Amino acid sequence: MTSVWDDLIGQSVTVEVLRTAAEAAAAITEGRAASPGAMTHAWLFTGPAGSGRSIAARALAAALQCTAADDLGCGHCAACRTVRAGTHPDVRMVVPEGLSISVGEMRSLVASAARLPSLGRWQIVVIEDADRLTEGAFNALLKVIEEPPSRTVFLLCAPSTHPDDVAVTIRSRCRVVPLRTPPIEAVAAVLRADGIGDELARWAAAAGQGHVGRARRLARDPEARDHRAAVLAIPASLTSLERCLSAADRLVAAAEAEASAITSRLDADETEALQTALGAGATGRGTATSVRGSVGVVRDLERRQRSRATRVQRDALDRALVDLAAFYRDVLLVQAGSAGPFAHPDFAEQVRTVAELVTPARALGRLDAVLACRLAIEQNVKLVIAVQAMTAALRLPA
Amino acid sequence: MPSAADVQIEKPDDAPLTGPIVLLLGDEELLVSRAVERVVAAARAHDPDAEVTDRIGSSLDVAEFYEMLSPSLFGGRRVLVLRSAHELKAEQVTTLSTLLASPVDDVTVVIHHAGAVRGKAVLDLARKHKAPQLTCAKLTRPEERMDFVRGEVRRAGGTITADAAAALIDAVGSDLRELSSAAIQLVGDTDGRINAELVAAYHEGRAEVSGFAVADLAVAGDTGRALESLRWALSVGVPQVVIADALADGVRSVARVSGLGRANPNELAPRLGMPPWKVRRAQSQARGWSERGLRNALGCVAELNADVKGVAVDPDYALERAVLRLGRARQLR
Repeated sequence: MTSVWDDLIGQSVTVEVLRTAAEAAAAITEGRAASPGAMTHAWLFTGPAGSGRSIAARALAAALQCTAADDLGCGHCAACRTVRAGTHPDVRMVVPEGLSISVGEMRSLVASAARLPSLGRWQIVVIEDADRLTEGAFNALLKVIEEPPSRTVFLLCAPSTHPDDVAVTIRSRCRVVPLRTPPIEAVAAVLRADGIGDELARWAAAAGQGHVGRARRLARDPEARDHRAAVLAIPASLTSLERCLSAADRLVAAAEAEASAITSRLDADETEALQTALGAGATGRGTATSVRGSVGVVRDLERRQRSRATRVQRDALDRALVDLAAFYRDVLLVQAGSAGPFAHPDFAEQVRTVAELVTPARALGRLDAVLACRLAIEQNVKLVIAVQAMTAALRLPA
Repeated sequence: MPSAADVQIEKPDDAPLTGPIVLLLGDEELLVSRAVERVVAAARAHDPDAEVTDRIGSSLDVAEFYEMLSPSLFGGRRVLVLRSAHELKAEQVTTLSTLLASPVDDVTVVIHHAGAVRGKAVLDLARKHKAPQLTCAKLTRPEERMDFVRGEVRRAGGTITADAAAALIDAVGSDLRELSSAAIQLVGDTDGRINAELVAAYHEGRAEVSGFAVADLAVAGDTGRALESLRWALSVGVPQVVIADALADGVRSVARVSGLGRANPNELAPRLGMPPWKVRRAQSQARGWSERGLRNALGCVAELNADVKGVAVDPDYALERAVLRLGRARQLR
């Protein structure tokens, strides 16, 4: 097993900060004098999607629990392995699948965070997607971050420190660790280490635009590649209003299909597991009583599943929109006479076509339209309405 | 004397309503209660002391069925009204079926069935016994409502012109109870000859405006009337999101047909996934729209969708602004 720090790609500065923190933390647990300010009780990891926010949080969690004396975050002691696997008793992961984290969830989490660590080091709470906390949930969290139990550490992950993402009251009590977009070369190196050929690794790293997970998916999954190609073929094909509308329909339908492929199987399994737990389908005396009154529980699960389906669908569409945005960025690069690096080198021809048809100002307007569509989806606009407005704005001049 | 619009009786029309079973089919509450009144009146005509039991069908237990449907010691006429009989449970239907197999002379069971697929067993049971059927279905078509209003006025001893009836429906809405009382009130307050002016004097405004009505006017370029019906729609409580969606749908329909010229709507319909009437209407609305205008309009309705979902401080204003912007977008060349 490699060290937990190796999971962090292209973030050498951050690794140094976290390593120092882990050493100071170890000093605190052993009652030695720690370097002041190196360790703190609340951390906020920020950075673009795919930069490894949650991985950084996990790495710090592992290093804090690590039992290796000289190499904290060794990656092979029991603590490191269990944190990586998500089974460490003192590390609580909050990974929202739905659209938000409710105040109820947060309250119960805060209650359990007040306990002393069971293995004697640190009680750690990792909140991935802290930007999905509701206002009430932020306030519940604020109370405990303000007056933290002595051995509890909160690790929050969010895209940025913008007040839209993280409440200012929380942000001001956290130490912010900004992560940078991993350089393409670093991502390609990771892919190569996974056993992917040099050329493919290089291409996937560029097409993934610094998103490690996305690059990996593109390198491995031919379906993801097809999907990307279909999305990137759109800008050059928008030569009539009708094509704009059908392109919008295709984008939304593809996102729906991708989401339902992921969620339908999960949903069925979960529902069945819940029914079994409630005793449905059992025979014998008293089975009818055990199922009675369980409709609410099942409905609750269905509500959560719907929320998750919405999120998965929006995430799928968002990936397509990120690709489109990068396409227009490439268009602008071509118009500026830049030699790259381009996000979509394999679509250079389409990029050039569009670059010749529109002025730089118009290309910038189109980039804005794509970003406006992302914002609209975040604002709960019906997907098809938001996307068709975007494709209509992307229409090429005749 | 029942008028035609009172309760529409299907065949067997003249079957006596005093038989062992009468079936009421449909879920228009006013018509159901009127039909029940008719059956009770028929029973009372035979026996002024007839006993009437009016219950929600599924609330009766088996013993009660036996009690109600067995011969009485005292021999009076009885009417048992089973409301919402489509909700009867299987065992209740079985009991009912057993008891009805040997009907008692002076008992009439009124079975009220909402008319959907649900509770088919009880419907089959009534049909097996060739029960007379009174239709109490909801009036869906405008002509049916017009007939209803005319019938109500006639019952109250007046007459009403067609445009007056239409105006009354516009102003009062589609609730039959309200329509009925409005019609009777009009006859009572006047000499009984009701025309459109009279309706306008007593009733003002509109009870029901759908989001689609607003969208149709807005997309057709009639901004003034679109704004008027928008205000009405908001004042009668149509949700803003529904109106916004209707506007988006209207613009989208026009945008989809606009590039296709004057093709046959019936051929286009399956390709566009829209019903032919909608294609036809969108085609007529598409005249006057330029492509640039439509693109502008698509952006405008997308913005509106975000606005009514919490982005705008005042969603009502956002809707009005969107209607105005659609009007301007239509002028773009």
